[in-house]
Amino acid sequence: MIQAVMVISTQAKPRLLKFYNFQAPEKHQDLVRSVFQLLSASPDSVSNFVKGTKMVYKHLATLYFVFVFDSSENELAMLDLIQVFVEILDRCFRNVCELDIVFNFNKLHTILDEMILGGQVIETSSEQVVKSVEEIERLEKQSSTTSFIPKSITERFTR
Amino acid sequence: MEQLRTIGRELAMGSQGGWGQSKEFLDLVKSIGEARSKAEEDRIIARELEHLKRRLADPDVPRRKMKELLLRLVYAEMLGHDASFGHIHAVKMTHDESLPLKRTGYLAVALFLDERHDLVILVVNTIQKDLRSDNYLVVCAALTAACRLIGEEAIPAVLPQVVELLAHPKEAVRKKAVMALHRFYQRSSSSVSHLVSNFRKRLCDNDPGVMGATLCPLYDLILEEPNSYKDLVVSFVNILKQVVERRLPTSYDYHQIPAPFIQIKLLKILAVLGSGDKQASGHMYTVLGDIFRKGDTASNIGNAILYECICCISSIFPNPKMLEAAAETTSKFLKSDSHNLKYMGIDALGRLIKINPDIAEEHQLAVIDCLEDPDDTLKRKTFELLYKMTKSTNVEVIVDRMIEYMINITDHHYKTEIASRCVELAEQFAPSNQWFIQTMNKVFEHAGDLVNIRVAHNLMRLIAEGFGEEDEGADSQLRSSAVDSYLRIVGEPKLPSSFLQIICWVLGEYGTADGKYSASYIIGKLCDVAEAHLTDDTVKAYAISAIFKIFAFEIALGRKIDLLPECQTLVDELSASHSTDLQQRAYELQALLGLDKNAVESVMPADASCEDIEVDRNLSFLNSYVQQALENGASPYIPESERSGVISVGSYRSQEQQETSSHTLRFEAYEMPKPSLPLATSQTSMSTPTTDLVPVTEPGYYKEDHQTSKSQPPGDAVSGEFGVKLRLDGVQKKWGRPTYSSSTPSSLASSQQTTNGASHSDGGGSSSQPRESSYGSKRQQGTEVSAEKQRLAASLFGSAAAKADRKAQASRKTAKDSPSTEKVATTNVTAQPVKEQVIPAAPPPDLLDLGDEPVSSNPPSADPFSQLEGLLGPASAAPVLSGTPATSTSKAPDLMSIFSGDVPTGVASGSTDPTLGDVNSTSSHKGATAVASKKGPSLQDALQKDATARQVGVTPTGNNPNLFKDLLG
Repeated sequence: MIQAVMVISTQAKPRLLKFYNFQAPEKHQDLVRSVFQLLSASPDSVSNFVKGTKMVYKHLATLYFVFVFDSSENELAMLDLIQVFVEILDRCFRNVCELDIVFNFNKLHTILDEMILGGQVIETSSEQVVKSVEEIERLEKQSSTTSFIPKSITERFTR
Repeated sequence: MEQLRTIGRELAMGSQGGWGQSKEFLDLVKSIGEARSKAEEDRIIARELEHLKRRLADPDVPRRKMKELLLRLVYAEMLGHDASFGHIHAVKMTHDESLPLKRTGYLAVALFLDERHDLVILVVNTIQKDLRSDNYLVVCAALTAACRLIGEEAIPAVLPQVVELLAHPKEAVRKKAVMALHRFYQRSSSSVSHLVSNFRKRLCDNDPGVMGATLCPLYDLILEEPNSYKDLVVSFVNILKQVVERRLPTSYDYHQIPAPFIQIKLLKILAVLGSGDKQASGHMYTVLGDIFRKGDTASNIGNAILYECICCISSIFPNPKMLEAAAETTSKFLKSDSHNLKYMGIDALGRLIKINPDIAEEHQLAVIDCLEDPDDTLKRKTFELLYKMTKSTNVEVIVDRMIEYMINITDHHYKTEIASRCVELAEQFAPSNQWFIQTMNKVFEHAGDLVNIRVAHNLMRLIAEGFGEEDEGADSQLRSSAVDSYLRIVGEPKLPSSFLQIICWVLGEYGTADGKYSASYIIGKLCDVAEAHLTDDTVKAYAISAIFKIFAFEIALGRKIDLLPECQTLVDELSASHSTDLQQRAYELQALLGLDKNAVESVMPADASCEDIEVDRNLSFLNSYVQQALENGASPYIPESERSGVISVGSYRSQEQQETSSHTLRFEAYEMPKPSLPLATSQTSMSTPTTDLVPVTEPGYYKEDHQTSKSQPPGDAVSGEFGVKLRLDGVQKKWGRPTYSSSTPSSLASSQQTTNGASHSDGGGSSSQPRESSYGSKRQQGTEVSAEKQRLAASLFGSAAAKADRKAQASRKTAKDSPSTEKVATTNVTAQPVKEQVIPAAPPPDLLDLGDEPVSSNPPSADPFSQLEGLLGPASAAPVLSGTPATSTSKAPDLMSIFSGDVPTGVASGSTDPTLGDVNSTSSHKGATAVASKKGPSLQDALQKDATARQVGVTPTGNNPNLFKDLLG
């Protein structure tokens, strides 16, 4: 099972944190820090598996994509799952950059929810994920246009 | 700043990402990015949180704005700031009608809360409602949140809906419903167990996504009980075949490989199902062969599948053809340049050699390459493999490599693991003892403090015992080679403590055994060790013991040796050490030097460390002594368990507490002091055994009465009466005029007992006495007596006794030379009167004045106590009864004997009796003097001690190596 997905910038700033086993918010920063230490300690040439904690990471531009998981997952497959995730991001944001991720972290959550649920991989086809995310987006826009009037105004109408 | 450079672009993009955020959020991110320090960042976010707090509580904020506020809150929390004030807003937002808000609310709730959170109860209802929604996105959001937030208790509330959703027309919903059900199963398998068949149904779902998702719960279920899913083997194989043959929609292709993630999951499942099952495995071979054939080693994911395939093959019933294919792929992995693939290759090899150890051979070189790789992860994995591969033929190379690697590890935890693996392998496969010892030396040298001390002891034993089947010559050769190597190493700095202990021990035992090195040379080395490790008492103890042994051997051989100046310095230093253990060793060494050859030989027989020592637990050799004492009128020993009023040390603490709280509740009377009663009186009283039945009125007996009341077996009416009477006395005294006759020195003692709390052992009790005595006399006026208090008192004194007992032990240790202390020590056997004799009596005549009486110095203070003991004499005359060896247990009425039994052990162990308390303190005084006297060298003492130290084993620091000393004497 996947324990956590993290996106951390090269400056050790968390850009996305998703834990599939609840971790108290106080602990988040510690976890990010310790993971980042591991990441920054290893030079680029060496393998992307960090033993023991079983974590797999990809370093893309200014970001580390980190998946933490237990022994029931295949390391190489996880590495490719990161690839799938990044490909999806790239499709959704067209040439994704760090800022896209910072500003749209809620969208990242939506994407991840389509891929991983309760720590299990539910969808690995990037096409499928993009499709459903786009649909969500469309429907949200629709609904947001229909229910735009703030409460205070609505109250005035009813009066 | 990387972000800033792209910020223009971002602005130009506007809300291109779809859900563009406001300028405020942009500014926030920007200012955080520009922050120069963590403190500045914290300030910015704190300000932001203040702002959010205000806005979120503002009812006029438009709802769409609310969504953004909440997202900013999530962002702040992600950066590590407390946003708990917003949790309730997130919960509120899940109730919202509009989809984006609802989804944001669910997202925030799922990130903020867990199933144990108080607010979750508010969400469960919403989830329940939303699961019935017509909008599938709402349902999806609710299912996602349910995975996170539904705890064991809430499962029944949503379970029916979730099961219904398994048949939802939208595949996205079915998928999530499967996962939600899986999650519930993980939380509480019992509440979902009847629905497990649904997973089987979903496996046949038309949508490959749903089928793929169903594999996750099935994998977990199969791991738990593979046997109930054997029927699915064929289905799984068929699915895998279809996947491999590209029957799935191309949207599942990834890097031109059909649905690789589903393949991997299926292979994992098959590995479990086929494990040890020939028939099931039979179905799999074809498809596995297909996968190998089509295997794409160019892409990462292709290798992932191949690796999973190898795992599967190594797990199922072995098939030679499959194994061959697996080995071939493995060798490709190992030859690859990619670290990741090498890592997988090493792991795969580790699996394959379990089936066929020969496979490893052709990959030796590749494995060695991995060992030399700079990548630590890979290296560790390789050592894991080597550990699995170790045989007696390759153990030398592997362990050498491991040690080499271990030396440079900084990670404490991992170093420990590697060290213990080295030890394990060496113990298991060592080709020769010589090699074993050398290997262990290396391990100890570099990781000595990380290795279990047991290993060190094993090594010492091994050197001492030799190796059984071999002859003496080989053993002694081994020993001398060990000595050689240790002499070489010992000078090196920073050796771990446990290694130094081994070195010292071996040098002490065998340093001079082969005559190669002179005693003074070895001793010099040992002195160096002790000097170089000033802070390590254990090492110093080992060193001094080793020196001791060498001296002993030399003397036994009839050689004359001189104390080297450095050795003398060491001995002097240790004699003044804070550690009594070191002190004693030093004195023993000095004592030994004065002994003649025969004595030394019997004390320290050469090479006798392996001799078994028979410990006479019954101390039968003391029988004659005891008998003699009994004949002389001593009271017999009463086992602690049969003694009254004695409470185990375990409950000591609580007693102590009670003691302090009971402060004012003294109810036992105190004995009247009598002018010193010499031994004679006590003896005479002994001759009148019946006195104990008479005494109630006499104040001197109160204590006894009290004692009896406490100690009596429940059935004993007489003594019960006694007790009652006693209490009445106490009550009367409380309000009546103080009867001084009963108070007096004894009060003094009692006061010491209580006021000092547990300070009986306080050697300097005398100084506090004046104060306390007045205190005591006040208290002695009596208090109300209740059963509860009595119990309290019992526990109080029980504790005192426990302590006293310990004290006695301690003093016993050191006693020996001073006769008085010896008596205390051997109290079990000695009769108290003897003790009284020893102490000069100086009765304080005026009891009233005790408070004012200046008792400044030790000796005078001790005297009154002895007086009291004198008093005790007649009282405890009863004990004389016990002069007969019959145990007191059998005679219930024989309270006095119980009592007297107590006294000796005790330092007045259990008695509530104030006088006994005195005895306590006196004995502690004696203890103190004994300690003092111990400082002088005492030969016998020293020798015995060493002998016992040897008995106790190789660890001179054993808890109490001296326990048997007196007995030996």
